[in-house]
Amino acid sequence: MKSKKFASVNKDICVSCGACTGECMLGAITTPNGCYAVVDTDKCVGCGRCSMICPTGCISIKDRIGA
Amino acid sequence: MNKKKHWNDYLWIWTLIYFSLGFFNILFAWLGMIDFIVPIIIAIVKGNKAFCNRYCGRGKLLALIPSVFKMKNQRVAPKWMYSKYFRYGFLAFFLTMFANMLYQTYMVFAGAPLKTAVKLLWTFKVPWSWSYTVTTVPEWITQFSYGFYSMMLTSTIIGLVVMALYRPRTWCTFCPMGTMTQSICKVKAQLKK
Repeated sequence: MKSKKFASVNKDICVSCGACTGECMLGAITTPNGCYAVVDTDKCVGCGRCSMICPTGCISIKDRIGA
Repeated sequence: MNKKKHWNDYLWIWTLIYFSLGFFNILFAWLGMIDFIVPIIIAIVKGNKAFCNRYCGRGKLLALIPSVFKMKNQRVAPKWMYSKYFRYGFLAFFLTMFANMLYQTYMVFAGAPLKTAVKLLWTFKVPWSWSYTVTTVPEWITQFSYGFYSMMLTSTIIGLVVMALYRPRTWCTFCPMGTMTQSICKVKAQLKK
């Protein structure tokens, strides 16, 4: 069962520093192309750890539609 | 619940070793070139910011200090700090200062006297002569060491200040190396399309 929330990255603001990737317990957030962070929404449980550590505040926690 | 530690989580030790070595012998400042060259090579070859994400000793140190000292500053960096104008402006400024450092090195190569001081924040000269001993190493190599160590120390001080004011890795939002490698990655991503 998927969680009700998930992390979402604002690509325009993300600097791809990797602070979030180091914080995620599930390895659900990565920076594959070095341009911005990408969230694996299947893995993400929306705990908000990445959002709390992001220096630019580009990660928000959103509600999953239909969850 | 804590995340399982990997070897690279301890790379903050590298930053401490680097500054300690430079304190006693300025020639060790050259080791800082690793932090300059490796991220660029990774960005060009692999097209990612693996260095910033996993191996940056300074990033690890900035992330570690607030957790050790239980600092609870949750303020997000001000918008201007991570705006493109500031990031690229700071990169340009940083590169200009780097070029100036190379010029100073050339001047010593050409015969100017060696300056055994560290310049903090590109302004304040701090005597640092104890870390220099006369060797067979050409003086211009020593001059570069002083310049490079000054730059590394300056950027760490700025990183610590913004770490204390905002979230731990705020320095990373405008770190010149991060801006440069992200630009390389963006170009590579565009070329792939």
